[in-house]
Amino acid sequence: MATEAHAAEGATGYIIHHLTPLSVGSGFWTLHLDTLFFSALLGGLFIWFFKSAADKATAGVPGLAQNFVEMMIEFVDTQVKDSYHGTSKLIAPLALTIFCWVFLWNFMDLFPVDILPSIGAVMGLPYLRSVPSTDLNATFAMSISVFSLIIFYSIKIKGPIGFAKELLLEPFGPWLMPFNLLLKLVEEIAKPISLALRLFGNLYAGELIFILIALLPSYLQPVLSFPWAIFHILIITLQAFIFMVLTVVYLSMAHEHH
Amino acid sequence: MSINATLIGQMITFALLVWFTMKYIWPPLFDSLEERKKKIAEGLAAAERGQEDIKAAEEKAKIVLKEAKEHSSELLSLAQKRANEIVEESKDTAKKDGERLIIAARAQIDQEMQQVKDNLRAEVATLALDAAEQILGAEIDKTKHQEIINKVSSKL
Repeated sequence: MATEAHAAEGATGYIIHHLTPLSVGSGFWTLHLDTLFFSALLGGLFIWFFKSAADKATAGVPGLAQNFVEMMIEFVDTQVKDSYHGTSKLIAPLALTIFCWVFLWNFMDLFPVDILPSIGAVMGLPYLRSVPSTDLNATFAMSISVFSLIIFYSIKIKGPIGFAKELLLEPFGPWLMPFNLLLKLVEEIAKPISLALRLFGNLYAGELIFILIALLPSYLQPVLSFPWAIFHILIITLQAFIFMVLTVVYLSMAHEHH
Repeated sequence: MSINATLIGQMITFALLVWFTMKYIWPPLFDSLEERKKKIAEGLAAAERGQEDIKAAEEKAKIVLKEAKEHSSELLSLAQKRANEIVEESKDTAKKDGERLIIAARAQIDQEMQQVKDNLRAEVATLALDAAEQILGAEIDKTKHQEIINKVSSKL
């Protein structure tokens, strides 16, 4: 099961091997090549599929791909319209991108845990962690981008002074200014952290359970991994959905005056 | 499990994806959806209009049919009346014709009878004269006795 180098180290080695990213560089300037490669590949897949549907889009009878893509568009559009009432042209495409990209990330989890690392080993890669959402860098990259947008829209809609006022004067009025600021900062910073950690935690745990199942005797594996995989289909969709909806909700909160 | 430069790479990828989606994917798909929505709405409206048109046409057809029925029954009764009249008229004419024919025939019969009477009278006169001649054995002066003969024959 595990690659040769780690076979001797037993179960711990097997697990650690599966959770170690393929990286280059050192310190902060480390790059997780597998995360970068797979997320770019999946992003490209998403872009390619939707773009080809968009190019062929007609108002007439839609084809199979267009039907699916339109279903996604309608689904995202409904979600966005439910909670966001601003005029920004960015929010809906952003939500669509987040949903599809995160879903595809998570979907990598459903590949049998040894397939991609084995292929990687054949190609001479010592490590390969194929699920981008089990990399904190990936989830934080997305949630920090969303956070930047929250700050950007807060300042754009309310003005720098309005935003500062909101930070300093709410919820307890001017006399408790430092306390207000502290509360608000925690509230704001909790957003990206919770977004990133929720997705990471769910997928990391899911992957870990797949790895643990893979350590069991082979006759037990299907009995456990099959129901878990089915359950996981729910989880990966749900996590993508939650990330998208919360992004939209946070951004619509940034648009609202208090 | 550390935060590192991968974060920056991922953010760049994310920004590119969002930008591309916003620019090239969302608008055409959304527009085609909206356009189809409009088309369907138009189609439904047209269908409804068509239904209404059909209803109106049916109403109109009913009215026209009713009018036509009334007209035809009117025509029928008129024709009946006219036919009766014609029959009456022809009966009348026939009667008159018959009467006239009868009168003419009677007149002719009278005329012929008169002629026959005249002929008979003349013949009887001649016969009577012949008979009288033979009885008397002598020629009778025709001019002398003409008056007598005429008197006799007018009595026939």
